[in-house]
Order: sequence, then C-alpha cells, then structure tokens
Amino acid sequence: MTQTFYSKDHEWVRIGEDGLATVGITDHAQEALGDIVFVELPEPGRNVVAHEACAVVESVKAASDVYAPLTGTVSETNPAIVDEPALINTAAETTAWFFRMRLEDPTAVNALMSKAAYDEFLGSL
Amino acid sequence: MLKTPLDALHRRLGARMVEFAGYEMPLQYTGIMAEHQACREGAALFDVSHMGQAHIADARAFEALVPGDIAGLRPGRQRYTLLLNEAGGIIDDLMVANFGAHLQLVLNAGRKHVDLAHIRAHGVAITPHFERALVALQGPKAAAMLPEGAALRFMDAAALRVAGIACVVTRSGYTGEDGFEIGCAAEDAQALTGLLLARGATPAGLGARDSLRLEAGLCLYGNDIDEGRNPVEANLTWAIAKRRRADWGFLGAAPVRAALEAGPAEVLVGIKVTGRAPARAGAEIRNAQGEHVGAVTSGCFAPSLSAPVALGYVRADCAAAGTALDLIVRDKPIPGVVAPLPFVPHRYAR
Repeated sequence: MTQTFYSKDHEWVRIGEDGLATVGITDHAQEALGDIVFVELPEPGRNVVAHEACAVVESVKAASDVYAPLTGTVSETNPAIVDEPALINTAAETTAWFFRMRLEDPTAVNALMSKAAYDEFLGSL
Repeated sequence: MLKTPLDALHRRLGARMVEFAGYEMPLQYTGIMAEHQACREGAALFDVSHMGQAHIADARAFEALVPGDIAGLRPGRQRYTLLLNEAGGIIDDLMVANFGAHLQLVLNAGRKHVDLAHIRAHGVAITPHFERALVALQGPKAAAMLPEGAALRFMDAAALRVAGIACVVTRSGYTGEDGFEIGCAAEDAQALTGLLLARGATPAGLGARDSLRLEAGLCLYGNDIDEGRNPVEANLTWAIAKRRRADWGFLGAAPVRAALEAGPAEVLVGIKVTGRAPARAGAEIRNAQGEHVGAVTSGCFAPSLSAPVALGYVRADCAAAGTALDLIVRDKPIPGVVAPLPFVPHRYAR
C-alpha cells in the first residue's frame, strides 16, 4: 500500500511507482469548502514551488486556492474533476485527484505529515 | 456575538455557524446545494430572526421617509419599500405590513439600528421588537406545510395561531418561491420551528438563502445597494409609487426625481456568465471594447441553472439585455451577457 502524505494546507500526496507525485485536497478540505462547482487546474509543464497557489476550487459561495504541497513540475491534470467538480466532495482522497507532478527533490515528501500526524494536526485546529 | 432564539436548534441540527451582521447564524446544515434544491422543489425553513421587527403607529408620518404608497396600503397587506437619505441613497430596503393598529417593519439585520436612529431623527415614533423570532418557510410545498396560512395570497399579512402559538404571518419571502415569513415571541420559536420541521420542512442556512435570492434577482443590502446608490440606479424604480411621483413628497425625492429624469449613469443588471467559474463581488466588468464599465456586486454559482450568475452595476449604455460583457476573474476575461431578471422565474401565490 502506497503511503499518503499530508500538508498543513490540506493537500494529500501519494508517490507512484513511476516516481510521480499525485496531489489532491483532503477530505477535511472538501468538507470545509462545501459543494464544489468549479475547479481550475495548473497547465501541465508549469513549474510550481511548495506553498504556491496553483489551483482554484469554487464552492457555491466562495473561491479557495489550492497550494502546491512540494516543488516540482506539473505533468498531468485530472479531467474528471473539471467535468464533474462535485466528485471532489465524494472522492477527495481517491479518484478526485487534482494533478500529478515530478518532484524536484523526491525526498522532500518526507517532510510532510503522515495520516496520524495530519489527524492530530486537524485536532489542534 | 449575538444569538437568535433558535441557536440551540441550529447546533442540534449540526449547522455550520458563521458571523453575519453581528449574529452567529447557520451557513448550512447539510449543504448549500441540497438546501437550495429543497426550497425550489419542496419547502425550506430559514431562521431570519436576526432581521429586525418593529412597529410604527403613524403611517402618514412614516410615508414621508419612503417612496412607497404607505397611506394606500390596506390592512392585511404588505409591501416592499426603501428608506432613503436626503441624497436619495438607500439607507435600507424593507418590508412593511399594515396590521390595522400599526405598521410592522422587517429591517435588515445589519441596518436595523441605523434605521431606528434615522426614523426617530425624523420625528417618527418606532418601537423595536428585535428580540422576536422570525422564520421563513419557502418553497412550492410551503402552503401545504402551513395550512393555517392558506387564506393568504402573495403579500397578504395576518395575525394567526399556529398550533396555539400567536404568530404574525406574511405570504412573502426572499427566495422567489411561494412561502411565508412567520414572526413569533422568542420563547415560542423552538416550538414553532419544531412543528414546521415535523411537517417536513428542510432546515436551510444563509448560503442557500443567498443563492436563492440571487437567482430570484433580489438585491442584498450591503452588496447590491447601499447609501451610495439611489433606487433608479438600483433598478428599483418600480418601488417609487405612482402617487408619490405626483407630489415627490418623500425624503430624498428631489435627487431621485433628477436621476429618473436625467437617466442614471450606472444601472444594476443581471449577468449570465459562460462556463462554470463564478464571478464574485468586486470582479471588474468590461465591455466588448475592453473598457471598464462596472463591477460585480453579487455573484455565485446558481444551483438551479447549473451556471454562474451575477448582479453588478454597469454603465447605462451597457445595460440593455443581450449586451456582451467580460467579467474579470483571476485576471482573465470571462464572457457574460446582460440578462433580464429574475434569472429563475418567481412563483408567488398571487
């Protein structure tokens, strides 16, 4: 089972066998946002720096930025959530991933939180 | 922060609470989409106790402060009107109902204290009942859930008993749907609400209230109208009664009359936005030539249309229905078109 890492900005990251990082928003984040109606994703090829705003999710009421959890280059985005943004509300940590990226430093992922650490972080908010 | 008489109920129902006009109010219970849909298809129940109920005995004196026909408002009838300042700017928009012995006003939460001071400053006695509860039961099934109000038609008002609770009921609301606004004493609010929920109403929060009123093309004070806007610019000319246009005898009449005769420089319009990205309040509006012609004052994704809609002020030459405009969202122009209001047809029980 591939380990999932979490950021304090409420993104999750999973490293695939190809070394690419898959990024999405956490279930806690989708819950806080409410009904999601629109998502704007970064262009493949874009270089992003950790904590840089690189995607936008819009609920009925408000827009929120999604941040790059790590530094690297976006390689692919998920067309399924563009076509059906509500998928983020039902499958935030599985099929409703946002984008894949090639990490500048593959070891940087270890600086993110484990599931247990993220849950503890949520409890402290 | 202030709480309404229904605060405990909101928490029991698991509402997500937010600050609004100094009150802790429910933003949503299960989700804005579902609550919005419940109002369009069934019946939704909103706590609007943060709005201010107040009584005025002297209708003639009050009429001098508003452009509506108050002297002509028959007992048992309600009407939308505006408090204007001397410059014709909108101090508040409000509902006024004639209960025979007195007028009942329903004032916006964020403006009720300003309104009281303004009305009193002009020598009109007003008695606030801000402690009272007010709920809105809205939707095509509202009438079935409040058979006690069956005799009322749109904009009728009556004192009624609902399961023994003394209520002040108007057949009106702010969602574009048929429905009622029901006022009662604070200590009766939980029982009244419990009864309406037991009859099948869906609790709904401020999030759905906002998307519903925007689809219905109704102004939100503080967003779409304020003291810097007059009724002509705000597309509320219909709220200036014919009789009042004969004598122009209300506070702020001269500048309003001048705006009406000269035509406003900017007008509030509805805009249908292409794509799915909502243009929010503050978004710049440009015309087809790329000129700055206005700004969005309210915008959201309209659940009933599955598309974004907005209200905004635009230069008068860009206000005709069908005019192509660009709305600037995150530095990118998104095409839109001026659309007649309401976006979603009203379904009042006339």
